[in-house]
Amino acid sequence: MAVTGIILFGFVVGHMLGNLQIYLGQEQLDHYAELLQANKPFLWAFRSVLLFCVSVHIWAAVVIWLRNRSARPVKYKMFQPPGLDYAARTMVWSGPIVALFIVYHILDFTVGTANPDFIKGEVYHNVVASFSNPVIALVYMAACLLLAFHLYHGLWSLFQTFGWDHPRFGWIRRALAIFFSVLIGAGTISIPLAVLTGFVR
Amino acid sequence: MKLTLEVWRQKNGGDKGGFSTYELEDVDTHMSFLEMLDVLNQDLIVGGAEPIAFEHDCREGICGACGFVVNGVAHGHQKGSTICQLHMRHFSDGDKITIEPWRAKAFPIIKDLVVDRSSFDRILQAGGFVTIRTGSAPDANALPVATDTLEHAMDFAECIGCGACVASCPNGAAMLFVGAKISHLALLPQGMPEKAKRALKMVEAMESEAFGACTNYTSCEAVCPKEISISGIARMNKDFRRASVAGAEPAHGKKR
Ligand code: HEM
Ligand code: FES
Repeated sequence: MAVTGIILFGFVVGHMLGNLQIYLGQEQLDHYAELLQANKPFLWAFRSVLLFCVSVHIWAAVVIWLRNRSARPVKYKMFQPPGLDYAARTMVWSGPIVALFIVYHILDFTVGTANPDFIKGEVYHNVVASFSNPVIALVYMAACLLLAFHLYHGLWSLFQTFGWDHPRFGWIRRALAIFFSVLIGAGTISIPLAVLTGFVR
Repeated sequence: MKLTLEVWRQKNGGDKGGFSTYELEDVDTHMSFLEMLDVLNQDLIVGGAEPIAFEHDCREGICGACGFVVNGVAHGHQKGSTICQLHMRHFSDGDKITIEPWRAKAFPIIKDLVVDRSSFDRILQAGGFVTIRTGSAPDANALPVATDTLEHAMDFAECIGCGACVASCPNGAAMLFVGAKISHLALLPQGMPEKAKRALKMVEAMESEAFGACTNYTSCEAVCPKEISISGIARMNKDFRRASVAGAEPAHGKKR
């Protein structure tokens, strides 16, 4: 779970940095997209690794979820455990929602069937076409917000899972999780917002 | 002070169980929570009813016998305290209090609020022995341990094994307990020789019981009467990972 999580986190950061080139203009972004598509074997190898990681991640989540459900067969009438934060409580929801979003997202920008005006290879155009529709833009912003929450808890959790802790510097783990999740949240949400507000057109 | 108690009653493990409601007319604010239940039980006995079964021993927060869930929180809402150390002055006149046993598959109910925590014992047993010299007390400074280190180990050794961590965990996981036990010994020179083996055996034993798996909710440390930190869980994970890779057998310099 944690190993695949790190790889997916790395992808999200890289993907976001790539997408942020939209602010450098159409030519830059389309050129970057062309570059990604240039080496087909590499592209498919990369996609297989991602698909593999997503599958293992989901499989691990299901195994843990089933085990945890059976660990308390009789529920409490009143259960208010202190200390739970929002991101931790919503992992089982933010995960599947982001997964569904990824399917929609691939249909939108890679396959093109969900895109209002898809032109193959014209990534800048496709992004603007999608996000000019306020409903689509809002769906993207909501999904990216959930992704940020998911990564916040995930990032912090993996320090625990790997046992990376220190009596004096342990607090850095929370700080890093906040830093990266805010970065990812702000970076990804900024794109649909920029198109919606007419900043990118 | 008047109180309404809603208490889980269950004759035995096979019984379905259910809540019973009790009205208490005159609760003294100086009573502890358990003394309040003693008074109620006295009334129940006089009235010919079965008293509420709950576990207790020291009643001073050090033995780990007591524990149930009060208004949704393990050991009640007072931080860093067992239920025997929670006093009725923290409640107000007219309060309705819901009392439930620890709920976990690994802690089957024996009767009312009493659960079977022998799953914890089996994990401890799996940890095995520690090679220390028994008999007369050792010389004070024969084995130097830095103050910081022994305080750190003591923070984990404080675990009284009450089970509140499991009860409060939305996953019913026992990792705070096992993490505390592993860390307490792993931090001290006395615990070093069996460190790897212990981590493997105890984690395996934990996983063979019906506990859930940790997803870092942290509500265990929030209710722990000894305020044990989840850094114990990180240490357990680290020791387990290293032992899984390197193996539990001691290193040796001879060709085998
Ligand atoms: C607003 C934010 C985002 C924008 C503008 C965006 C844009 C794009 C674009 C244009 C593509 C197609 C690239 C191409 O094939 O030429 C793509 C692919 C993809 N995106 Fe995003 N994306 C965003 C957020 C996300 C998020 C949050 C995830 C989830 C982790 C994600 C996961 C993917 C995946 C898995 C692919 C498919 C990669 C492939 O085709 O091999 N994206 N994205
Ligand atoms: S009775 Fe000993 S800790 Fe509460």
